[in-house]
Parts: sequence; structure tokens; C-alpha cells
Amino acid sequence: MKEVTATMAGTVLNIFVSNGDSVSINQEVIMIESMKMEIPIESTFEGVVKNLKVNIGDFVNEGDVLVELE
Amino acid sequence: MQRILIANRGEIALRIIKTCTEMGIETIAVYSDADQDMPFVKAATKAVYIGDSPVNKSYLQVENILQAAISERADGIHPGYGFLSENPQFAEKVSEAGITFIGPDSNTIQLMGDKIVSRHVMESAEVPVVPGSSGIKSKEEAISVAYEIGFPVMLKASSGGGGIGMVLCENEETIVKNFDSIRTRAKAYFGSDAVFIEKYIPNARHIEVQIFGDNYGNVIHLFERDCSIQRRHQKVVEESPSPFMSEEGRLKLYETAIKAAKAVNYKNAGTIEFIVDENENFYFLEMNTRLQVEHPVTEQVTGLDLVKWQILVSRGKQLPLSQHEIVSKCHAIEFRLYAEDPVRFLPSPGKITKLKWEDSEGIRVDSGYTENGTVTPFYDPMIAKCIFYGVSRQESLSKAVKFFNHIQIEGIKTNAPLFQKILTSDDFQKGNYTTGFLSKL
Repeated sequence: MKEVTATMAGTVLNIFVSNGDSVSINQEVIMIESMKMEIPIESTFEGVVKNLKVNIGDFVNEGDVLVELE
Repeated sequence: MQRILIANRGEIALRIIKTCTEMGIETIAVYSDADQDMPFVKAATKAVYIGDSPVNKSYLQVENILQAAISERADGIHPGYGFLSENPQFAEKVSEAGITFIGPDSNTIQLMGDKIVSRHVMESAEVPVVPGSSGIKSKEEAISVAYEIGFPVMLKASSGGGGIGMVLCENEETIVKNFDSIRTRAKAYFGSDAVFIEKYIPNARHIEVQIFGDNYGNVIHLFERDCSIQRRHQKVVEESPSPFMSEEGRLKLYETAIKAAKAVNYKNAGTIEFIVDENENFYFLEMNTRLQVEHPVTEQVTGLDLVKWQILVSRGKQLPLSQHEIVSKCHAIEFRLYAEDPVRFLPSPGKITKLKWEDSEGIRVDSGYTENGTVTPFYDPMIAKCIFYGVSRQESLSKAVKFFNHIQIEGIKTNAPLFQKILTSDDFQKGNYTTGFLSKL
């Protein structure tokens, strides 16, 4: 399973992909707000979005899985 | 008021505790899991745990904070800056509980918190505002308004703040690209998706005026702070006097700030932010209805304690001084030391294994941390505010240069190297900088 994880703890501000979307490497998939800054989370894999694990407004910890790809 | 609860954390909680202690007032700190070992928790007379680390489970928990205030018999609440400081419902609930909210009336907070409304209020008070729109409902409307005003424009969230919720749009395509996302973000971050458009002013400076009002209709100004050194629309360096404004422009700015504050019958400490163009034309941007992060700059040039004034005014006292008794005696400049990568500006939380600086005359450090403290990823990354003051701008700057050459911080990355770069810049030394300065440095 390919997983995109949070690089920092923070609040999910925006989700740029939906289930079934094709994602390329380095594509911004999620925006997290942490320590008053917007931190884009980029996919480290190529694949298709299988499962969005978070909703806008959720608090995530560093290392939490945000998106599963296949 | 004899027992004040501080609904905040870090350096500002310590700052408020300091004045309260000098005034013989007891303090109650509130803290989250992540903050249990922070210096402000130990410095307060009493500390009450209010919840988990994320802000919406602790420092934004109105009910928990009110409960703490009631059970600890607090008779005043100081909100500091950020968090609940500009939340009108919080101010209202504090008053309803029979506790003094140290700040303006809740309806003033409400009025000024909505940027679209505050623009209207200022326009009718004949305070110049940036050419712009009312609330905008659709992409199509945004585009037509932008053509009317003329590109480039700023697309802004009406409830935005702290640099979040605005985007520069140079053409129709950027509006199309950003319209939905700025609304989603504004909704997620501020709970409202109202947006509006303002003309973008190039080569602008961001200059604000500290004002103070009491319950008797007295309003005075405490001079300006030039806050043009910003990254991502967030302030990094602030100084007073502004090296740019002429004496004549300065006086006009103060006069307008007082007019703006009187228009909303302002009480307590507040700040009117202006955007100033190359020809010293200025426009109202927003009003901050609280103590500012950069208030020490004003304290150093005037020799006054703004937190003390806030408490006195909240107690129903008149302003301690009248306008002609307030003098700007020197130059002061503040640098916000952040736990962040100085190149990419990304946050850098972690344990501060070393934190040492040289204390001397003309240096004030308002720090939220001590050595071996931990910067957690839950809150603003500011570690300390470093303020330098002297009879001339040159004197303050040379103190700053020396300070940042000798400061020792280990364990986390900070933006101290950025300050060294700013301080050695020719343009900065000449006072020749606008809000675009850092992106070109």
C-alpha cells in the first residue's frame, strides 16, 4: 500500500484530490495548517487515490496516514 | 480586579503576569497537555489544565476557560493576542459571567472583526479605505469587480487574519484558480467563507498606529510602528518611528487613526493598520482590537506599560496621560525569533538544547521559552521577541547586529540567520524597504 503521510502535526485545511483521482509524484494532495503556516503535503508516489483518511478540519499528528494510493 | 486569568500561553502570558505581579494582582494561567512544563505555567500564581494540545481542544475552548475562571474566582480575563482575543462571543460570555474582559466591548470586536463591515464603518467616518468591493458571491462577480477596480487585486477572506486567507490575483485566470480554494480555506480556518476584493497597492508599506481609549470618550495615539518586513503577509520585524514617513505624513496618520477609533467609540488598546503607498497616501486596512504582538516597540519608545494601561482602563479609570504628555523618546525595533527554517520558512519544532544571549542596556527580550524547553507543533512558532532601542535608529540596529552575532540557539532551526541578512542589507539600513523586501532579499 502506498501511503501519503503528514510531515508535521497540524490541521487539515484543504484536500485537493478525491477517490479515483490519478496522482503523480510531488503533486500537492493536501494542505495542512501548522504553527500558523500553510504546509503543502505532496505525494511521494504515483497512483490512484483509494482512500482519503482525513476530512477538512481534522487534526493530524506527524506520520499519520492522510491518503492511501494504489 | 485582583485575580486575572490569562487565556493565552507563551511569551504573552509571561508578559501579562509580569505587569500583574508589579500591580499586586494574582494571576491564573491556563494550559494544555503540550504546555505543562512551559515557563508561563510556573510563573502564574495558579495554573489550571484546560485540555489536549490542539488549540480547539484547549486555548479555544470557551467553556473550559470560563469554568477555570469561575472556579478560581478570577475577576478579570486577559485574552492576550490570537486565540480568543478577537472573538466577540467570548468577550460577551466573560462579561455575562460577571468577569471583566480586558479589551474593548464585544460589539466593537464584532464590527472590526468583519473586514467587509469595518471597511463600510471607516468609509462613513471618512477614513480612507483601499478601493475595493463588498462581499462577493461568485467567481463571475469577482472577475467583473476586479476589472472594474483594475488588476492586480487582492482576494481576501472577510474574517481572515494573521496573514492567512488572502491571495494576490494579477489576472482573470488567478481569480478562477483561487476563488474556490480561498473560500474553502476561510471556512475551515475562520468559520466563514465571505470574501471580498481590494486593489493591490504595489511597493506598499504596512504602517500601524497604536491607539488607546477609555470609557469616557478619550482616545489618544501612541505613535506608529512600521511593520513592512513580512513573510507570507506575517510580520517579522517592526520598528518605531517609521524610517519612511515624513513628519507631516506621520501627523496625518495619527489624526486619521484617532478618527477611526472614535468612529467605533473604542475602549482599551487597539491598533489601526494602514497600507501606505510610495507617495505617503494611506488607506485603512484593518483594526486589531487587542494588544499587538509588537506592543513592546511602543512601550520602549514611550516608556509606558501598555498592559498596565489596559488593566486600569478596564477598571474604569481614565487614561493615565493626555496626548501632549506622551512623547516618543527614542527608536525601537523588534525582531520575532521563530522556530523555523530561515530559507524555506517552514516550522522547525523540537527541543531547545541551548538558548543564550547577551543582556545589556537597550536590549529587551520577551521570551516564552528557556533552555531545554520544547517547541511543540501545536502553536505559533515564535520563541521570543528581541527588542532593541536607542537614541537613534542606527544605535538600535547596531545593538541588534551584535545580539544576533552572539546569540546561541541549538536543537532547533531559527530565523536568526535571516535577521543577520536583513541587518546587513543596504536598503534596510537606509530604511528603504516595502512589504516585498523579504521576497527579494
